[in-house]
Amino acid sequence: MSSLLGLTAHELQELLKKKEISSEDLIKEHLSQIKKVEGALNAFVTVTEKKALQEAQKIDEKRCRGEELSSLAGIPMALSDNILTAGVKTTCSSRMLANFVPPYSATVAEKLQSADAVLLGKGNLDEFGLGATTENSYFGATHNPHDLKAVSGGACGGVSAAVAAEEAVFALGTDTGGDLRQPASFCGVIGFKPTFGAVSRYGVVTGASSLGQVGPLTRDMTDCAWVMNAISGYDPHDSLSVASADKGDYTSFLVNDVKGLKIGIPQEYLQGVDPEIIAQLRETAAKLVELGASCEEVSLPYRELALSTYQIISAAEGSSNLACFDGVRYGFKVEAEDLDTLYKKTRGQGFGPEVKKSIILGTYVLSSEQYEVYYLKALKVRTLLKAAMEKLFQNYDCLLLPSTPTVASNLGDNPARAEARDLKIWTCPANLAGIPALSLPWGMVKGRPVGIQFMGKAFAEETLFRIGFTLEQNTNQTRLSLNGKGVC
Amino acid sequence: MKIRESDITKIANIAKMELSAEESKDLTQSLQEILVHMDVLNQVETKNVDPTIDVLPLKNVYREDKVKEGLTKEQVFANASEVENNCFKVPRII
Repeated sequence: MSSLLGLTAHELQELLKKKEISSEDLIKEHLSQIKKVEGALNAFVTVTEKKALQEAQKIDEKRCRGEELSSLAGIPMALSDNILTAGVKTTCSSRMLANFVPPYSATVAEKLQSADAVLLGKGNLDEFGLGATTENSYFGATHNPHDLKAVSGGACGGVSAAVAAEEAVFALGTDTGGDLRQPASFCGVIGFKPTFGAVSRYGVVTGASSLGQVGPLTRDMTDCAWVMNAISGYDPHDSLSVASADKGDYTSFLVNDVKGLKIGIPQEYLQGVDPEIIAQLRETAAKLVELGASCEEVSLPYRELALSTYQIISAAEGSSNLACFDGVRYGFKVEAEDLDTLYKKTRGQGFGPEVKKSIILGTYVLSSEQYEVYYLKALKVRTLLKAAMEKLFQNYDCLLLPSTPTVASNLGDNPARAEARDLKIWTCPANLAGIPALSLPWGMVKGRPVGIQFMGKAFAEETLFRIGFTLEQNTNQTRLSLNGKGVC
Repeated sequence: MKIRESDITKIANIAKMELSAEESKDLTQSLQEILVHMDVLNQVETKNVDPTIDVLPLKNVYREDKVKEGLTKEQVFANASEVENNCFKVPRII
C-alpha cells in the first residue's frame, strides 16, 4: 500500500469506500506521522491516540455492516485547542486552562463527531488566540513544516502546521483578525473564514465576540466544501448564528468557471508587500483573466485605520470575555486569604504577557473616561470601513489581495513586535465587515509558501468557492507538497 | 494622552490582575505606544456616523420556555478546586 499521507479527504474516502484501506490504517499512518514529526514541529498540545484508534475501529465496523456513512467518516482531523471537546483537554494554550477538561463540546466539534470524522488531537495556538506567530503559547512555539526555522503563523499555527505536515487531513481553526488565513498562508494550506454568523461559535473560546468565526483548513476546495457542509448552519446556542446563512450544499459551488466575474484589487493593500508576493498575486490575476474573469485595481480606503479599529474592538471584547477566568469554577488557581487576592494572583500568574497586555488595553478603552475616545470611536470607524467595502461590492464580485505582506518570518524574533501585529492589516478588514474570505496557496517565495486572498460579499460564499476551485483545476500552484523539504 | 505607571496599576486593579513592578513598567510603555497608534482614528470625522456593534442585522429571537436537559452537578463541579454542599467554595469575602 502506498502512503496515504498528503491525500485529501475526498481522495481517501474513495479508497475507504472501495475498502482498499480501513479507517484504522488511515489513523495509524497519521499517528505514526505525528510521532515522527512532532518533536520538530510542536503542532499539537494534546494527541488523542487511544480515542482515535477506538473510533476508527467503530467506523470500520459500521462500514462492514453496510451502514450509510458521511463523507468525512474515518477522516483524521485536528481541532484548534480553543474549540471545546468534551472529555478531551482544551487549554487555549494557556497556563490558565492547562488541565481543563470541558464537560461539553463546541457545536462544531459535535457536528464533526456525528459525521464520524476522527479527532487526532488539539492544535497549538497563541494563548487565547492573541498573537500572530504561535510563539505566545504556554506550550512553546509551533514550527513551520516547510522550513523549521520559520514561524507557523498565528493564532492558529498548530492546526495549520498539522495539515501542512500531513499529520491531519483537515482541521478547524478560528479567525478573529486573520488567525486562520494567515497561518494557512504561511504553511501552504487553504484557510477559509466564513461570513459572520454562518458557523456556530458555541463552545469556542474566541477573544472577540463580534469578529471571530470558525473555519476549515484543508488541502483543496472540495475538502473545504465538505467541511463547511458538516459545520455550517443555524445553532440556537449561538445568539449570533444566522438561520438565513444556511447555504445548502457547498459542493454545488465547486464550479470550474469564472467567466464574467468582476474582481477588484485594492491598491492600498499592495503597499508594503514583498515585490515577489505581488508578482505571485499578478500571476493569479492574469490566470483569472485568461479564464474569463476581469481584474482591475480599485481603491479601498481606511487601510491605516482598520488595524487600530480592530485592535481596540478585539481588546475590549477580549478583556470582557476573559473576565470569566477567576480560578473559582475552573482552571488555574492561586490560593489566597481573601477572594480579591485570589482573583488577582490567579489572573496575574495564569495569563501570559500578550494576554495581560490585551486585557490592560481592553480595560483601558472601556473605562468610563476613555470609552468615547477609543471604543465608541472604533465602532464608528468600523461603520465607515464596512460601508466602503459594501460600496466596492456594488461593482465587484470579490476583492483580491495578498494574505500576508511577506512569507513566514524566522522564529525567535520578538513575537510582540510591530511587524507581527501589522500582519493583520491584510486580513482584519474581512472580520470588521463580517464578510467571507479565502486564503489560497499560490506557490513559494524564498522557499516559503505564499497565500493569495479573496474577500467576498456577506453570505456569497459561492463566489469564493467558484474562484478557488477554478484556480485549483487550472493551475498547479495551489496544492503545495513538502517534497522531502522542511519537516519531512 | 500620557500614560503613567499609576494608570496601569489602576487599570490592573479594575481587571483584577496582579502585575509585577517590571510588568507594570513594560505595560506603561506598551500602552503608550499602542495609544499613539490608535490616535489615527481621531483624524476621521465620525460626528454623524452610527456605531457598528454587530455586523449582522439582528432581530430578537424568542424560544419556547421549555425545560431542557443541562449539565449534571458532577460535570459542572468537575473542574473546580473547592466544592462544598454543591457550591463553589471561595475564601472569605469581607
